[in-house]
Amino acid sequence: MDSYDTPGSTPRHSASSRLKDYFIGATPLQKRLESVRKQTSFIPTPPRRKIPQCSQLQEDNDPQKVAFLLHKQWTLYSLTPLYKFSYTNLKEYSRLLSAFIAAEKQKGLAVEVGEDFNIKVTFSTLLGMKGTQRDPEAFLVQILSKSQLPSENREHKVLWTGWFCCIFGDSLLETVSEDFTCVPLFLANGAETNTAIVGTWFQKTFDCYFSPLAINAFNLSWMAAMWTACKMDQYMAATEFLWSVPCSPQSLDISYAIHPEDAKALWDSVHKTPGEVTQEEVDLFMDCLYSHFHRHFKIHLSATRLVRVSTSVASAHTDGKIKVSLNKSS
Amino acid sequence: MSVLRPLDKQPGLNTATILLVGAEDALLQQLADSMLKEDCASELKVHLARSLPLPSNVNRPRIDLIMFVVNLHSKYSLRNVEESLRHVDATFFLGKVGFLATGAGRESHCSVHRNTVVRLARTYRSPLLFCDLEVDGFRAPVAQRLVRMLQICAGHVPGVSALNLLSLLRSSENPALEDL
Repeated sequence: MDSYDTPGSTPRHSASSRLKDYFIGATPLQKRLESVRKQTSFIPTPPRRKIPQCSQLQEDNDPQKVAFLLHKQWTLYSLTPLYKFSYTNLKEYSRLLSAFIAAEKQKGLAVEVGEDFNIKVTFSTLLGMKGTQRDPEAFLVQILSKSQLPSENREHKVLWTGWFCCIFGDSLLETVSEDFTCVPLFLANGAETNTAIVGTWFQKTFDCYFSPLAINAFNLSWMAAMWTACKMDQYMAATEFLWSVPCSPQSLDISYAIHPEDAKALWDSVHKTPGEVTQEEVDLFMDCLYSHFHRHFKIHLSATRLVRVSTSVASAHTDGKIKVSLNKSS
Repeated sequence: MSVLRPLDKQPGLNTATILLVGAEDALLQQLADSMLKEDCASELKVHLARSLPLPSNVNRPRIDLIMFVVNLHSKYSLRNVEESLRHVDATFFLGKVGFLATGAGRESHCSVHRNTVVRLARTYRSPLLFCDLEVDGFRAPVAQRLVRMLQICAGHVPGVSALNLLSLLRSSENPALEDL
């Protein structure tokens, strides 16, 4: 949720500061416009990203509670703030959403042969999935199927999972007014039809809007660098990149796999300041990979589009799909 | 090592020449075609090059304006432009050089952050235009703008010089950025 702001302040144009004094009681919309103008009207120094040393997740102990989020492929959506969402009404919401889903399924909009219509929806908060104290709590929505069989242990099979979170959303939280809850990131795992139904219900109930979140090549290269930077005791998988070469009639895909220890060694030779990752380091890391490839195959990977990055820690695809593979303790 | 200098040749009579430098041939060709379609009192000549330095054995007219085209979808095109900039004499940067960034419209395909190109243009004190060259509707106005800039740089517009235009373009931006 962070953007390319510098930590320091910038010299303000005198006209804009006079304008700010004039609007003493700035409405949230004015604050939003001001922050958008601030972001586009100055050039930040090379973007830096601090590696958070100790996140809320670790503080709120139990890594087991969020273990079920690992090893699943999540599709990402970006979400506008929810209007009049309350964390105390979660039971009410689960009831309403169950009724909505049952109604939708009976309408025949999502007819799947042999599917059990007895479903249960649960809303729960995910403690600790936030960046700073100011971030709203993350919450989880699950669609479970109630077993029809009259067996002793009624197992609820999870059909669909979705969770909403806000990590380091300071720049967004400034401009959001009282009635809105800002949880801009939505991750969904499960059938596309269920995602659509849940999305429709949220849009109707909280007047928000979902849009698929694509991850561009620039951000993927940052992710590759930051995930390679993680210190690991043992590596599960090779570090893999996938590029798409735009050529007609069919695009060509180039896959490049590196031994994870080599990737880490490369990163260590590039990385200078501890606790911080800079744009130059990421560019240099990627340039080393590109020039190595060019030396062997005479293909300029920098002219192609990075589509997928996969490391032992996590993987991400440009269509907005991520998978976290490892629960790190350090 | 041949370096491009702005005043090392005689100007042609009523001729204005622009040099487009960029790694993507198709985009440059489309832009050149759009520019040549424009109505212009001067005779327009458009030269295309993948990179500089230009081959020295060719007889070419004096170049009045150089536009470096960067495709935000390709880091290679940015590197190519950065390499080519070294073969341009410093006096060219007094209003006779510009940067054009294409591809900002498709955010999901971008490998280069737009601030990188903005910073490049600031470093060379030259104007930066954003345009999606692949879209016909966006290309035509930019072609018109470039033709106008070219006429000024070739000295065909009375009362306005290239340096004059440069200072006009700069003053419309945030003055706080001048310190960078």
